[in-house]
Amino acid sequence: MSRRFPLAALAGVGALVLTACGGGEETPAAAGGPIKVEASDSACAVSVNTASAGNVTFEITNKGSKVTEFYLYAEGDRIMGEVENIAPGLNRRLIVEVAEAGKYQTACKPGMTGNGLRGDFTVTGGGAKQTDPNSQKAQAVKSYAEYVANNTKALDEETTKFVALVKANKAEEAKAAYARTRVYFERVEPVAEKFGDLDPKIDAREADLEPGQKFTGFHRLEKDLWVSGLQPDAPQIADQLLADVKELVTKSAALELNALDLANGAKELLDEIATGKITGEEEAFSHTDLSDFQGNLDGSKAAIASLRPLLQAKDPALVSTLDKEFGSVQALLDKQREGDGFKLYTALSQDQIKEFASAVDALSEPLSKVAEVAAQ
Amino acid sequence: MTGTEDTRVSRRKLFGMAGAGAALVGTGAAAGFGANRLLGGDSPAQAAQSVVEFHGEHQAGIVTPVQENLHFVALDVTTKDREKLVKLLRTWTDAARRMTAGREVGTGGAVGGAPAAPPSDTGEALDLAASSLTLTIGFGPSLFDDRFGLAPKRPAALIDLPLFPADKLDPARSGGDVCIQACADDPQVAVHAIRNLVRLGFGVTAVRWSQLGFGRSSSTSRAQSTPRNLFGFKDGTRNVKAEEADVLRDQVWATAEDGQPWMAGGSFLVARRIRMHIETWDRESLRGQEGIVGRSKGAGAPLGQAAEFDEPDFNVGGAGGEKLIPEDSHVRLASHENLNGARILRRGYNFVDGSDGVGHLDAGLFFLAFNRDTRKQFVPMQQALSSKDAMMEYLQHTGSAHFAVPPGVREGGFWGEGLFA
Repeated sequence: MSRRFPLAALAGVGALVLTACGGGEETPAAAGGPIKVEASDSACAVSVNTASAGNVTFEITNKGSKVTEFYLYAEGDRIMGEVENIAPGLNRRLIVEVAEAGKYQTACKPGMTGNGLRGDFTVTGGGAKQTDPNSQKAQAVKSYAEYVANNTKALDEETTKFVALVKANKAEEAKAAYARTRVYFERVEPVAEKFGDLDPKIDAREADLEPGQKFTGFHRLEKDLWVSGLQPDAPQIADQLLADVKELVTKSAALELNALDLANGAKELLDEIATGKITGEEEAFSHTDLSDFQGNLDGSKAAIASLRPLLQAKDPALVSTLDKEFGSVQALLDKQREGDGFKLYTALSQDQIKEFASAVDALSEPLSKVAEVAAQ
Repeated sequence: MTGTEDTRVSRRKLFGMAGAGAALVGTGAAAGFGANRLLGGDSPAQAAQSVVEFHGEHQAGIVTPVQENLHFVALDVTTKDREKLVKLLRTWTDAARRMTAGREVGTGGAVGGAPAAPPSDTGEALDLAASSLTLTIGFGPSLFDDRFGLAPKRPAALIDLPLFPADKLDPARSGGDVCIQACADDPQVAVHAIRNLVRLGFGVTAVRWSQLGFGRSSSTSRAQSTPRNLFGFKDGTRNVKAEEADVLRDQVWATAEDGQPWMAGGSFLVARRIRMHIETWDRESLRGQEGIVGRSKGAGAPLGQAAEFDEPDFNVGGAGGEKLIPEDSHVRLASHENLNGARILRRGYNFVDGSDGVGHLDAGLFFLAFNRDTRKQFVPMQQALSSKDAMMEYLQHTGSAHFAVPPGVREGGFWGEGLFA
């Protein structure tokens, strides 16, 4: 758990302006109304695959049986906008501000995993590519802040459900919801670590506690669910977890990040994998480490994708190395999928674990060079 | 040479000054590029004396007088891209050139680079001299498959070693596509070298296994005294020595005529991790120990002789006609007199890798040997030892690897250049 970087000054209010929202109270700027996206477990039908620059509105309906996500990607999977956690049967709206003409991609991610079902999307008109480093940095921070906001919001929603299941003593259903809920936390873990006291309350592992320190948060409930049965104080632990998560959402919304934070965050997420997930220590009772692993990888990739225009201008070779190494790690993870999630970590052979470790090393090394480029 | 005593900043001073992310400006931190590391109190002249020349007809680290410390690593190549591998070999060679000369890795080194970037040198050898560091590379049989089109270049002598009687090999301590042997007078210098080469290799290579060794267990020069292994016996008295040019030519260096022109001036390295059951050995009587080895424990003289370097006489009998050097003694079985003249150049090290969890030290000999043709030299010797050697009761081979060690590097060249030509 590194906290090498001092907390950024906390901004007053509204440091983040959300473009993604569930309410749909904004009106689309594009003529012809919103673009309809019909998502299912195996398809992602986008009614129109072109739009003029400006605000582009998507309306996503999940007709499948799995929770899905929708993304609009720029080159290199830079997230222009996204909606997380679209439950089956739900309608969600996404308004994305696209200033530059060019090639984009839409993606649905049924089951919230993998590369998603992609489609090409073209934006016409609009301004020239932004090449000024300072505005690139600002853009990167803005785009990543949205990612954080979306994920903390989804974390809030899913934790609410998980906690309700724990309090209703529905152990089997709570177990099924556990890994899915944690993915959102793992994606934004470096942000959580900015709040020294919150992170351990939410995410401390039993093995890391100091004498006298109370065992709370996700892993305490994990132990109950998988090992000791729900203890008498589980409802209080669950309430506290939800309260802590809500505090995290509020605090991270007011957090001012900079480009260096993104670069370091991307690296730290891989460090998390290397030191906690590869050893199987993170999910000592449930063995759902691979799901956390995917969350860390997603978060790292999102941070790098936000920085992409900046990195591309300064060190294109580094960008292509990162693309390749992210791909290698993802390919190894994809081999371990099972049902809607992943195999248990205990099912991996020592050789497979070593393969993961080597791929993570190969990615972490170039990742450690991003900060310097971002700091220029 | 730009680094001198007064431009160095003590670690304490550095940490005292640096606030979170404070840039170190104008502190006189040693310039990385071209700076020589100096041993505290050493003059530059003394430091330079401990530099072993990296370039030459053969790689350093074979006949170089054996240094006191070893860090050995075996790596697997993880990329399928031949160009990436070649590029890494160039990068490694450049880093090896620098480190063996007592310099830091990369531009900027440990403290002279950009504050927002990880330092290009890991820094633990700052202030240490070159310490006679040698870095020696080898290529394992597994590299000569279809990944890089090297199958036709595999030397016939680079066999997959047979399983010897009583081997108990751990796959996690055996094999490897590439090995790097780092030897130095200072253990930290050897560790620093391997650590930095491993780091440069991420994404192209991954560590398969590694071994630390201390206290050379052989000498490779007549100028060196014979050291003792963990059985307490002098080891390597009859080793091939750097001064024996004829023996080196015939028994250590490969030639183009041996079948692979790229190996001319190279050699074949056998690495065996030999666990010694030292606790039971220590319960063996002195006479028993000497009979097993075939030498006296004190002077190291062959049994029946007076001094260490006396030639053993394998025909001398004692009371009752028993051979003084027993039929199943280590010295007899390993001697070239009993192996059709075959000799090997040994360069092993002692190791103690903690303990084994059941009350014993995990100790032994990390055996390293160079020979011209493993099929004719190491293999017959090991077969004789594994099947007949009385010492085997106290030994267990737990790791095994075999590598083709390419010839030396010329100025501007790189490790394995001939192989990838």
